[in-house]
Amino acid sequence: MVLESTLRNIRLVGDGTLKIVERIGATVVFLGLTLTQSATSFRRFDLVIREIFYAGVQSLIIILVSGLFVGMVLGLQGHETLQNYGSEQSVGVLVALSLVRELGPVVAALLFASRAGSAITAEIGLMKATEQLSAMEMMAINPMARVVAPRFWGGVISMPLLAMLFSAMGIIGGFLVAVVLIGVDDGAFWSQMQAAVDFRHDIANGIIKSLVFGIAVSAIATFEGYEASPTAEGVSGATTRTVVSSSLAILALDLVLTAFMLKGWS
Amino acid sequence: MPDLGSRHLSVVSVTNLVEITELNFGYGSRLVLKGINLTVRKGSLVAIMGLSGCGKTTLLRLIGGQLQAHEGSVMVAGQYLNNMSQSDLYALRRRLGMMFQFGALFTDLSVYDNVAFQMHEHTSLSESVIRDLTLMKLNAVGLRGVQSLMPSELSGGMARRVALARATALDPELILYDEPFAGLDPISLGVIGQLIRRLNDALGATSILVTHDVQESLKIVDYVYFVSEGVIVAQGTPEQIRASTLPFVHQFIWGEADGPMPFHYPAKTMANDLGLREA
Repeated sequence: MVLESTLRNIRLVGDGTLKIVERIGATVVFLGLTLTQSATSFRRFDLVIREIFYAGVQSLIIILVSGLFVGMVLGLQGHETLQNYGSEQSVGVLVALSLVRELGPVVAALLFASRAGSAITAEIGLMKATEQLSAMEMMAINPMARVVAPRFWGGVISMPLLAMLFSAMGIIGGFLVAVVLIGVDDGAFWSQMQAAVDFRHDIANGIIKSLVFGIAVSAIATFEGYEASPTAEGVSGATTRTVVSSSLAILALDLVLTAFMLKGWS
Repeated sequence: MPDLGSRHLSVVSVTNLVEITELNFGYGSRLVLKGINLTVRKGSLVAIMGLSGCGKTTLLRLIGGQLQAHEGSVMVAGQYLNNMSQSDLYALRRRLGMMFQFGALFTDLSVYDNVAFQMHEHTSLSESVIRDLTLMKLNAVGLRGVQSLMPSELSGGMARRVALARATALDPELILYDEPFAGLDPISLGVIGQLIRRLNDALGATSILVTHDVQESLKIVDYVYFVSEGVIVAQGTPEQIRASTLPFVHQFIWGEADGPMPFHYPAKTMANDLGLREA
């Protein structure tokens, strides 16, 4: 009896794992298909620009406001901790490095997945449910090229820009709290930041991270939308899966990328 | 019936734009269409009728190449669709137009852009020519005045007419209609019916109409196929269909609640379901 129940539980875990692996595999295959159908997106870049507007520009408010608040909290917490060691002048370094290396790419990507990723999934899913994708196919236009690829590239291009803006707003938020509110010396705030932040190791690595997150979120969002069951329930389930899968993918990829970046790629 | 094995089939069949021979199709192990034989002559307007779920939309999707036959063959404009490559299929689809059940207009594009969509995608015509053609197509369905509206701002009947203008945008040889009358008020229904007939004749096209709206369809079509449970059970001109004494056709045409298609879905006896002892 106990053996049976243990075996059943092991089977359930195995089943679940297989499904997750299968889903990841299908997403990667879909990403490959999207890349092969991307020629139209680059030939007619206006299609991508339109998606950059919807995914990027329309995410600006949430990204900028969140960045500002995260920076302010970092300024407060950083100052509180650093003053115990008498180095509160370094709060600018702490704010900048935290944002540029980690929080900028990761939090911006999580917000992007919730705001733009879910919207992309819902839009493609509803296009499928209302037969718009079938209509396009019947017009001899490949929906992968005309609908999926522009949205994918719109997301990939928007993501690093949003992450950079998040970090910039965060630094301004940190400055407002640490310098304007608490009274840390602004010369020390900026000069220490300038000295400590390295373009190659900090800024470029942050951009690489956000680019990878952009590829992951956009691939997941377009895949879930395209594969959604053409019903209200199907689209709502796909939208939820996009946010959950994207968030987990971002955090997992962040760990891997950070490990490589700290150890060096070789 | 055409000889399937003959290589000169497409030459013999020039008068038939669509030929379906011994077609079987199913989803999983469930067979939806069984031994279908159907021909559509060039220039004609043919209706495929049947109850909801009888397989008529599946048949339309097989003709459009969205589904592949499991057995038998589907030939459109002289080309077999079985195992056709995607590029060949897309080349063929440029000669087809399809109107979907609820229009399937692109919700992020205006009425004008919906109708002009294929011209922008498939032709290198100048913007001014595309504009003139688009307005002519919209004028043909009486909706030139709504060109700047979005699909969400249209009534069901208007959306269907815009979809009709879009389906005929590139003057297709074959136009497929999936339930064009579903959910329309009587006036819109009459307008769509007349437009389908008029556009078919004006464009010199061939049309296949999948519908369960008997009265409107019989007014406009040249030939009717009746599908029931995946099989063609009757066919003929509207006059022949109206005069048919086949029980299924009679029940369908006159909308009788009971007949060969029973009112009750098969179930246990009522007494059994209520837990009563049967007498």
